[in-house]
Amino acid sequence: MEKELRLMKGNEAIAEAAIRSGADAYFGYPITPQSEVIEYLMLQKPYETTGMVVLQAESEVAAINMVYGAAACGRMAMTSSSSPGISLKQEGISYIAGAELPCLILNVVRGGPGLGTIQPSQSDYFQSTKGGGHGDYRLIVLAPASVQEMFDFVELGFDLAFKYRNPVMIQSDGIIGQMMEKVELGPQKPRRKPEDIAKQCPWATTGKPVTRGHNIITSLDLVAANQEKFNLKLIEKYKTIREKEVRYELINCDDAEYILVAYGSSARLCMKAMDLLRAKGIKVGIVRLITLFPFPSKILNELAGKVKGFLAVEMSAGQMVEDVELAVKCKAPVEHFGRLGGMIPSPEEIVEALEQKIIGG
Amino acid sequence: MTEEIIIAGFGGQGVLSMGKILAYSGLMQGQEVAWMPSYGPEMRGGTSNVTVIISDDRISSPILTQYDTAIILNQQSMDKFESMVKPRGMLLFDPNGIIHHPQRKDINIYKIDATELAAEMGNVKIFNMVILGAYLKIKPIVKLENVIKGLKKSIPERNHKLLPLNEQAINKGMEKVVKI
Repeated sequence: MEKELRLMKGNEAIAEAAIRSGADAYFGYPITPQSEVIEYLMLQKPYETTGMVVLQAESEVAAINMVYGAAACGRMAMTSSSSPGISLKQEGISYIAGAELPCLILNVVRGGPGLGTIQPSQSDYFQSTKGGGHGDYRLIVLAPASVQEMFDFVELGFDLAFKYRNPVMIQSDGIIGQMMEKVELGPQKPRRKPEDIAKQCPWATTGKPVTRGHNIITSLDLVAANQEKFNLKLIEKYKTIREKEVRYELINCDDAEYILVAYGSSARLCMKAMDLLRAKGIKVGIVRLITLFPFPSKILNELAGKVKGFLAVEMSAGQMVEDVELAVKCKAPVEHFGRLGGMIPSPEEIVEALEQKIIGG
Repeated sequence: MTEEIIIAGFGGQGVLSMGKILAYSGLMQGQEVAWMPSYGPEMRGGTSNVTVIISDDRISSPILTQYDTAIILNQQSMDKFESMVKPRGMLLFDPNGIIHHPQRKDINIYKIDATELAAEMGNVKIFNMVILGAYLKIKPIVKLENVIKGLKKSIPERNHKLLPLNEQAINKGMEKVVKI
C-alpha cells in the first residue's frame, strides 16, 4: 500500500494522530501556540466518523477534570494546552496520577513565568518531570523533535498510559507545534468497544455487573498507613518505568569527544551546531532525549567515562542540566547553555557556547 | 542536496503559501521538507517570513541565521536578510518598493518584476507564483510537474480552476527573471 504522506503542522499532526489512534475524547481550551489542535479536530469532525468526542470546555480546569472522568471509565482521553494553561491543570493531573488513571496531556511550551510570551520555550521541564502538581507522583514525559514524532507519540503515549495506568505528557514547544514537515500517517484504528474496555480495564467504572464488586476511583485515603502503602506502590511503578521505558537517540556519539545533550527543538538546533563543529574538525555528538522521564541517566554516565565534557542545551535557565549533572556524577564537566523567555538560540550560538564553556573552559 | 531558503515580505503577499507550495513540491518528489513561519503577534501589513528547507537527508535546525537563498519582497526584509545569505548564495528580489538595492558582491543577485507582471496578467494574487517561477528558473530543485502537484495539495479544491493561471504565472517568472 502506498504511504500516506502529508505536510502538516506539529499541532495538526497531534490532532490527526488522536483521531487515528482511536481516541475516545479530546477536551481542551484554546491558547497560543497550540490552538490548532482543537481547530483541526473541529474541522475534521471525528464525532461524525469515529465517534470521538471533541469538546471546548469552559476552562482548562474543566477540561482536565473531563479527562479525569473519561479516564475513570477506561476511555482514551486527552487534553492539550500551553504553559499557563498546563499550570491550571495541575490539580487535576495530580488527582489523575493519584487515582492511577491513563490519559494523554500535550504541553506546547511557551516562555514564562506567568503569562510570559507566546514564543517557544522549554522552561516547563521541572514542571513536567518532577511532578507539576502536589504529592509524590511522576508523569511519563515524551519529547518529540519532529512533526513525525508529534504524530507517533500520540499512539505511544496512549499505549504507555494504559500499560502503566499513569498520565503521559507530550512536552513540545512552539517550534515543533508551528512547523510543517512531512508526516507519514498511520492507519485509522477503530475505537474500542465497551466490551473491549471492560476487558482491558477491569478497574474502570463501566457499570457494575453482579459478577464483581464496586470499582471505586479515588485519590483519597484518610488512613496514613494505607496512603504510604499506595505511595510505595507508585514508587515501584516508577522504578519499573525507569528500567523499561527509557528512550533516547545517539547521534554521532561513537567517536565524539564532546556531547550536546538536548531534546525537542533544541536537539534540532544542536544537529546544525554539530555539523558546523564537525566541519571545524571538532568531534561532537548528540544525546537526544526522547523520554524526559524516565531520564536516560545510564547512557550519559557511560559516555562520561569516554568524553571531555557535556553541554546541556535547552531553552530554559537550566533545568534539564541538573539531571545531566546527576547522571554524569562529576565524571566529566557539565555546562548549560540556553536562551530564555521565547528567544531561540542560533546554531552558531551553540557552537560558541561549547567552544567557550567546555573546550576552552 | 540541501537548500535552505528564507522568503520574506509583507503579510498578505502570499509569502507563507508560496513556502508551503515549495515544501509540498519537495515532498511530492520524495525529499525531506520543513516549513517554519515567523510567528508572533503579527498583523496585516506587517512583515511576514518563512524558512523552507528541502533536502535529500534528515533536516536539522528549522531555525537558521544563514541561507542558501533569500527571496526578498520588501525593504525591511532586504535590510534584515541581505547579510544572512551565504557567500556564493542567491538573492532574488522584486524591485517594487525597494529603495536600497542589494549591495553585496559575493552573492548572486536576481531581479523579477513580479508585481508588475502579475498586474499585467490581470490577477495580482498570482504575484507569488511569478516569484516562485523566477526562483525555480535559477535553482530547479523541484520539477515543474511536482510543483503543480504541490499546488493541488496546498490550495482548496474550489480554487483548482485557477491552476492553469498559476502555471502561466510560474512560466512568466521563469521567462522574465534577470541576473544583476
